[in-house]
Amino acid sequence: MQFGIFTVGDVTTDPTNNSTPSEYERIKAILTIAQKAEEVGLDVFALGEHHNPPFVPSSPTTMLGYLAAKTENIILSTSTTLITTNDPVKIAEDYAMLQHVADGRVDLMMGRGNTGPVYPWFGKDIREGIPLAIENYALLHRLWREEFVNWQGKFRTPLQGFQSTPRPLDGVAPFVWHGSIRSPEIAEQAAYYGDGFFANNIFWPKEHYMQLVGYYRQRFEHYGHGTADQAMVGLGGQAFMAKNSQDAKKQFRPYFDNAPVYGHGPSMEDFTEQTPLTVGSPQEVIDRYASMRESFGDYQRQLFLMDHAGLPLKTVLEQLDILGEEVVPVLREEFAKNRPAHVPDGPTHASLVAKARAAEAEQALGFGGTAVNVPLDPAAVN
Amino acid sequence: MVARKLVVVSAGLSQPSSTRLLADRLTAATTERLDALGVETTIEVIELRDLGHDIVNNLITGFPSPKLSAAIESLTAADGLIAVTPIFTTSYSGLFKSFIDVLEPSALTDLPVLIGATGGTERHSLALDYSMRPLFTYLHAVVVPTSVYAASSDWGTGADGGTGALPDRMSRAATELAALVLSSERSSRIIDPFALPAGFSPVGGYGAQ
Repeated sequence: MQFGIFTVGDVTTDPTNNSTPSEYERIKAILTIAQKAEEVGLDVFALGEHHNPPFVPSSPTTMLGYLAAKTENIILSTSTTLITTNDPVKIAEDYAMLQHVADGRVDLMMGRGNTGPVYPWFGKDIREGIPLAIENYALLHRLWREEFVNWQGKFRTPLQGFQSTPRPLDGVAPFVWHGSIRSPEIAEQAAYYGDGFFANNIFWPKEHYMQLVGYYRQRFEHYGHGTADQAMVGLGGQAFMAKNSQDAKKQFRPYFDNAPVYGHGPSMEDFTEQTPLTVGSPQEVIDRYASMRESFGDYQRQLFLMDHAGLPLKTVLEQLDILGEEVVPVLREEFAKNRPAHVPDGPTHASLVAKARAAEAEQALGFGGTAVNVPLDPAAVN
Repeated sequence: MVARKLVVVSAGLSQPSSTRLLADRLTAATTERLDALGVETTIEVIELRDLGHDIVNNLITGFPSPKLSAAIESLTAADGLIAVTPIFTTSYSGLFKSFIDVLEPSALTDLPVLIGATGGTERHSLALDYSMRPLFTYLHAVVVPTSVYAASSDWGTGADGGTGALPDRMSRAATELAALVLSSERSSRIIDPFALPAGFSPVGGYGAQ
């Protein structure tokens, strides 16, 4: 089980003192936060990608490349990489490069992006969001697995004899999660490839995501990648903590009330009841998130959103101390209890290499080894 | 006996409201027709006033509260809808439209609808036909030909057996709606939230094969 944080990278005014960080300050703060995540023992740092203010991370691999040099153990990931508006060829190159630079500590989460104007700014049409996500990923998947690719699609220039460079580290593509809030097509896509499925889980009620994750698990099994409980599931989460529950509520309330996503809407009490946002003592956060496996089954990755809504850097770093020192160690124990041995751990480069080598060895011995392969018949969908 | 489900949406703001009064009269008239057709009718009334904050929160957060969610589910699975709004500044009320705005675009497809409205004077009666009717047509609902507008003065006008007075209009509209509700199968439909579009392929139609 992997624990980490994910950030949107918003520049938001602190509602308690009306101060707004500059882009420079926010970018540096994100880099500090990521290094702090490693320091407090978290496993994953994931960075969003945006192409419009007030968000700063337009160039994720630049920031993640810096972090690769500054960290030792943490997995550098995305939340999300825009599979719709980016050229899949450039994603293949950028993230294979990052994979080498970071000694394999890289994976990605694919997302469509829901900001209408970004599509036309990159020459695309939001109404084709799903077809773009499907076709672009189909190409990306091949670019990392086949040396020379001939390819023709609807959305980009055809390729003849194209070799994406550098080749993935150790011949193993970075692990991919597919993030979706509501589209069964994306859950289907994740299941088809045997990739991970990430449910954002923070802005909507848990029950909605439980259905979507349940569907992904069923389809993962249908496509022959393993049993439903072996599917790779990641969840988002959100917490604000203080020793004493009332202090947490008091401190976080002005940020909640003015937050870009849910501010000026429901009360913090209603929102914490209806969504996984937990504002309270570390123990309350432990209890809430330890119960997630009851709703979603044993899963592989839990990411928390910690730096948003104008929370100052100092507060975020304090929150990470609490998360890393008091919450995650207990959650690790809780999640390890009665976890069946056949349920996989969170994916790492080492685990993917081992799996690939085992499959090669099986193939060499004539056992087929289809468990790690994509099914051969793409028409067998429904 | 066949069972059908009728949902009534009232966007009146005062309590008691003449909008709700009109909704109740239309409901009674429709139920009476359905009774005569041998239909056992379940009625659920959605008072938008009680959901006002939930509707705004849904607009802001993108998801409905449990209370609003229950109302939406009920409406989505109805065999018929009686929708009544006050006319404010040339059109349906903002609260009414906000409620419509949080529905899935396909939620009302094929739904038989009787539209009604209230206002201070008769001068606004065409708002039903230039704003309310196209709204439901856009959503692929089936709006009955007769819509019912009640101005304050209509509550003091008796039936004349013709087409002009409020009771006559209500009666004709109820007959039209009841016939459509009888033939609706919406309440017994099973909706698969994970149904993939026809022809969907997880690898797309090109290249990857």
